[in-house]
Amino acid sequence: MGTGTGIGRVRGLGSARHGVSHWLLQRLTACGNLLLVIWFLVSLLRLPALDYATVTAWIASPLVAVPLILLTISVFWHLRIGLQVFIEDYVHEDGGKIALLVLLTFYAIGGAALAIFAIVRIALSGAAA
Amino acid sequence: MAEFSLPKNSVITKDGKVHKAEAGAKDVRTFRIYRYDPDTGENPRYDTFEVDLAECGPMVLDALIKIKSEQDASLTFRRSCREGICGSCSMNIDGTNTLACTQAIEDIKGDVRITPLPHMDVIKDLVPDFTHFYAQYASIRPWLQTVTPAPSGKERLQSPDDRAKLDGLYECILCACCSTSCPSYWWNSDKFLGPAILLQAYRWLADSRDEMTGERLDELEDPFRLYRCHTIMNCSNVCPKGLSPARAIAEVKKMVAERAI
Repeated sequence: MGTGTGIGRVRGLGSARHGVSHWLLQRLTACGNLLLVIWFLVSLLRLPALDYATVTAWIASPLVAVPLILLTISVFWHLRIGLQVFIEDYVHEDGGKIALLVLLTFYAIGGAALAIFAIVRIALSGAAA
Repeated sequence: MAEFSLPKNSVITKDGKVHKAEAGAKDVRTFRIYRYDPDTGENPRYDTFEVDLAECGPMVLDALIKIKSEQDASLTFRRSCREGICGSCSMNIDGTNTLACTQAIEDIKGDVRITPLPHMDVIKDLVPDFTHFYAQYASIRPWLQTVTPAPSGKERLQSPDDRAKLDGLYECILCACCSTSCPSYWWNSDKFLGPAILLQAYRWLADSRDEMTGERLDELEDPFRLYRCHTIMNCSNVCPKGLSPARAIAEVKKMVAERAI
């Protein structure tokens, strides 16, 4: 790598030739979040009550459980993409950067999996209630 | 981590010399100017200059030239055209990056504080090191590139409509006011090209005569080179020529997206 000259340093390892899908997904998941969070809040507020029985019965409906799963995916995906940008902005040491990105990925996938599992469990077990 | 605080030898430690206005000065204005001399090894300081505006031109550059010729000949800054076309006298005046030659003194309230462009290595006083910035400019190959051989003995023609697409781009004078006001450029200028260079890159992407659009986009599509822009818009806010680098960058992102979907 031509680190001995100014232009060599700028050219560095060359262009990664990716980034557009990351940029598009960030916007796509932002739209998903906007629509689904509005749906989620409005629907919650329109429930007759907010006690455990009412809410779990509401979640058990397929037309609620499915968008709720989509909301979970969209939010965690957006979080993963957005915080990656944040980490890349401020953490410059390769080791720390990679460790944080791995941690972030595990957290996002783990958190989403846990939330989806909870929704599915309510949807499949609470339907009779 | 990104460097948020100044290195020890860059911290402004003390107030420097005070240069009083001559007795009988009618309209005195105080200028506090960043001074750094690499030969002394001392930390930077602010020097205070009292300038009689009754005997001075209207712009900040006029005051700097008056200070240099009458009060302290060692004050170092770049300047050339004194009419906003060369981009030499870009500096931070009253907290905003701009050109000293087009910034009227009367538009500034209180003392006039002048520092070099932010987050650049300082060579001396108000002179920042542009080596990396110019290398970044060279890296985008800022000239017409074609596959078609040049027409012999003729210009490459361009319709008035196609020519109009370069308005708002060709006027850029590479003063670096935009890039050095951009937080993304502060933290990641080693890899992020910054608003000035990306606007210049778009100037060639938007040129109807250029045939290397795909190759140019290949070189730009990178998480750091292009996508470190988070639409903060400081660039468009400060541009002393009234251009919008943020818009140009958005157009580049649209072009990259257009070829991907």
